[in-house]
Amino acid sequence: MALDGSLERLRREGRIVVVGASLAGLRAAETLREEGFTGTLTMIGDEPYEPYDRPPLSKQVLLGRVPADHTALPRRRAIEAQWRLGAAATGLDLSAKRVALADGTSVEYDRLLIATGVRSRPWPNELEAGLDGVFVLRTRDDATRLRHRLKAGPSRVLVIGAGFTGSEIASVCRERDLPVTVAERGPTPLSGALGSVIGDVAAQLHHQHGVDLRCGVMVTGLEGDGVGRLRRAHFSDGGTVDAEVAVVALGATRNTEWLAGSGLAAGPRGIACDAGCRAFDVRGIVADDVFVAGDVARSPHPLFGYRFLSLEHWGNAVAQAEVAAHNMICRGEERRPHLWTPYFWSAQFGVNIKSVGVPNMADQIIVSQGSLGEHRFTAAYGYQGRVIAAVTFDQAKWLEFYQRQIEQAAPFPPPFATVDRRTEGMRPVPAGFPDPSVPTHGPQVTVSGYSPTDQRVTFTPAGHGHHA
Amino acid sequence: MTSVALLGQILDYANRADPYPLYAELRRTPVVRDESGPYLVSTYWEIHSLLHDPRVSSDIRNLAPEAKTAPRTEDPDLPPSFIRLDPPDHDRLRRLIMRTYGPPHAPRRVYGLRGEISGIVSGLIDRFQGRDRIDLVDDFSYPFPVTVICRLLGVPQEDEQRFHGWADTVATAIEPAVGTPEEQQAHWQAIREAHHQLAEYLSGLIAQRRRAPREDMISALATDRGADESPMSLPEMLSNLTLLLIAGHETTVNLITNGMLTLLRHPDTLKQLRADPDLVIPLVEELLRFEPPVQLLPERTTLDDIEIAGTTIPQGASLWLVPASGNRDPRRFPEPDRFLPDRPDNQHFGFGSGIHNCIGSPLARLEAQAALAELVRRLDNPRLVEDPPPYRHNAVLRGPRHLPIAFDGLSR
Repeated sequence: MALDGSLERLRREGRIVVVGASLAGLRAAETLREEGFTGTLTMIGDEPYEPYDRPPLSKQVLLGRVPADHTALPRRRAIEAQWRLGAAATGLDLSAKRVALADGTSVEYDRLLIATGVRSRPWPNELEAGLDGVFVLRTRDDATRLRHRLKAGPSRVLVIGAGFTGSEIASVCRERDLPVTVAERGPTPLSGALGSVIGDVAAQLHHQHGVDLRCGVMVTGLEGDGVGRLRRAHFSDGGTVDAEVAVVALGATRNTEWLAGSGLAAGPRGIACDAGCRAFDVRGIVADDVFVAGDVARSPHPLFGYRFLSLEHWGNAVAQAEVAAHNMICRGEERRPHLWTPYFWSAQFGVNIKSVGVPNMADQIIVSQGSLGEHRFTAAYGYQGRVIAAVTFDQAKWLEFYQRQIEQAAPFPPPFATVDRRTEGMRPVPAGFPDPSVPTHGPQVTVSGYSPTDQRVTFTPAGHGHHA
Repeated sequence: MTSVALLGQILDYANRADPYPLYAELRRTPVVRDESGPYLVSTYWEIHSLLHDPRVSSDIRNLAPEAKTAPRTEDPDLPPSFIRLDPPDHDRLRRLIMRTYGPPHAPRRVYGLRGEISGIVSGLIDRFQGRDRIDLVDDFSYPFPVTVICRLLGVPQEDEQRFHGWADTVATAIEPAVGTPEEQQAHWQAIREAHHQLAEYLSGLIAQRRRAPREDMISALATDRGADESPMSLPEMLSNLTLLLIAGHETTVNLITNGMLTLLRHPDTLKQLRADPDLVIPLVEELLRFEPPVQLLPERTTLDDIEIAGTTIPQGASLWLVPASGNRDPRRFPEPDRFLPDRPDNQHFGFGSGIHNCIGSPLARLEAQAALAELVRRLDNPRLVEDPPPYRHNAVLRGPRHLPIAFDGLSR
C-alpha cells in the first residue's frame, strides 16, 4: 500500500515545530529524523541553552563535581534544526497553525509538539522571594547561582519542602558540611511521593546526616536584614531559624499559561492528551496535528484504570517523546500508545532510591525484601488487592521484577516466598499518604482523574495558599 | 509435562567445540525440564526475568542434595563465597568487597591498573620474538589474568609464581575428575592441598598488610573499618578472595582465547580492528555475546512455584540458566549467529545480570580490550593452525585448552 500522498509530503517537506528544547523536545526531534522526517524542524526554547540534563543539577553540580555548563544532553544523532533559543512561546493559534514567540515573531507548523515542561513553584510572597539568598532550583542558571552561594559557606541553609529535590539539596549541603534546616509541612520527607512509612526512613537519613529536620511545620515568612539579604525564617509553630540561604523546593508548576485561550485542554494540571500523545481540545476531542510529551503532558494510562497521569520523570520524557514523534509522522494504523510504566530515581544521603509504578495511588505497603531499619529494602505498594508500585532503597536490582508484577496486575500482598523476606515483610500496613486534597510541595506523579479536561480539579494558586 | 535429554548432550565433550546448535534446539521450548532433573531456561527474556526474580535462590543450601551435580570449586573448609549466597548475606559481602574495589569508595582501583595491564600484555608478547608459532593459551591467555589479579590484590611479584601454581590447581576443580578411583582421589587431594596452601598464604599476607597497609586491595579489605556493618571475618576473606581468583582467572583466559579464535575465523574483522583499534570496545561486547566465557549458570533453586513461558517451575527445583543460548536468541538479537563487532543495542549476558552480575566485569573488559588490540596490532599475518582447536572439558566455563597460532613476525 502506498503512503497517503499528504503524509508523504509531510514527511518529505513538512514543517514541524517543537516547543520546549529540553529532554523531551530533543529526543522527539532525534526520533523524527531517525524515522525519516526530512522537512523543516524548528526548536523553540525559553532558555538560551541547547538541551541539557537536569538530574545532575541537584547533585553533582551543587557538589561542585561538574560545572553547570557541562550538563549538555548527549546527542543521539544530528537533527539539523532551526533553533529559536531564548524566545519563549507566548501563544498558539490552532486554526492558523501558528506559534507566537516572545520576540514578536511567529512560526507556522504542519505538526506541533508541545514539550514545555514545568518550572519550579516560586516562593509565593514576591517581596520575600526577591531577598538576596532566596533560591529555587530548576534550571542551569539556578544551579550555577546556588552552587556559587553554597561554595561561599553560608552560616545555615534552609530548605523549604522535603520532596525529592529538597532532600537532595539538603544532602548536598551536608556533604559540603553546611548546617541545614529542612522545613516540611507533611509528617515526613517524601511523604507525598512515597507515603509516611517510607518517609520515616527518609527522616532517619536526614537525622543521621545531621540535618535539622522540622516536619509538620510551614514557613510563614522570610525576613530580610534591612539591606535586602535573607536573615531569618519564621515557622507556623512560632519558631524561627537564622539562615543566609533559603532554597524553595515546593514542587513544580506546569508551563501552560501560554496556551490560555488557545482552545487546548491545558491548565495547571498540564495538557491532556490521549495515549498516542495527541492533545485534547477543550471539547475533549483530540487534535490531529498537535502532540504533547514530557512533564507537561497528562495522559490516560491503561495500567492505572485509564486515569490521567502527569509524570515528572526523566524516563517518561524520553519514552513519551519517542512515541509522540513516531505518531506525528506515521499513518493512523501505525500509531503506538505510550505505555511507559512510571519510573524514577533519586540519590540522597548516600542512598540510591528508585521507584516504579504509582506509589501515591496505593492504600497499603509491605516491605517485601530487606528491612526498613537497615535502610536497605524493597517495598511493594498495593491498591485494592493488586501491586501498583514498588520502591527500593539500595536494592534497585529487584525493581524490574516488581515492574513486571505491576504490569501483570499481580495480587497484593505478594503471596510468594522470596530471598531476604523478614518478619516485617509478613504483613502489609497503611502506606501513609497525605489526603490528596491537601496541597503539598507536589509529588512527581499526579493522578488527576478520568476526564481529559478535568474541570473538577480546582487549583489553589500558590500565592493564595498555605505558605503565605 | 514435556522433557528433553539435552543437558547430557551439552555436557558431552563431543559437543564442546560447537554447542550452539544444541542451544537452538533447546530454545524451541524456552523453559523445559531435562530428564536428568533440572529445569533448563534458554531464551533471552526468560533468563533475564529469572535472573531478576527474588524467588530464585543461589544459596547452595536450598538445593536438594540429589540435585547437586555441578563440580565444586570452593574450599569445603571455608564458608560459602558471596556468589553462592542470597541477600542479605550476599549483599553484605558484596558491599564490603565493592568498598575496596569500585566507586564510590575506590573509584581508581580498576582504572589505575591500565598501565600495568598494558605493560603485562607487552611483556608477554615480547616473548614471542624469534618464533613463528605460539600456543595462545599457554603463552599468553593463561599467565596474563593471574598476573593482573596478583597486582590487583597486592601479591608481591616474588610470590607470583607460587600463586600461579595454586591458582592452576584450584581451577582444575571445575573440571570433572577423570581416571581410576585412585587417580580421582589424588586429584581431589591435590586440590584440597592447594586450597590449604593458598588459604595459608593469603592469611599471612592479610596479617602482614594489617600491620603495614599498602595501596592494594588486600590491604583495603584487611583494614576497612568504615562500613556500618560487621567487617569481613578472616574465613570470609579467604573464601571470597579465592572466588575472585578463580572466577577472574578462568573466565578471562577463555574470553581472550575465544576472542582471538573468533577474530582468526573472521579475517575481515581482524583487519578492521587492526586499522581501527577503538573498535575493540564494542568488539569485546559482541564477543561476550557471541562466545561468552560462562555458558551456563547451574544450580539455582526456586523458593516458590514460578510460572514462566507457560510452564510452572515447582518450588525446590534446580534451575540451570543458559545465558550463552539467550545471547543467541533471535527474538532478542537480529542475526544472532553472526559476529558483528559494532552491533548496536548489545545487552548480552556475558557478565550475567541481576544481583550476581559479574563483579569483575570492568577489569575483564580492560584486560580483553588491551590483549586483543595489542595481539592484533603486533602479530604479523596470524592464522589458525587447527580449527576447531582442542577444548577444555568444562561445559560451563568453556574455552580452548590450546590455541596454536602461526604468524610471520612481530611488530614493535
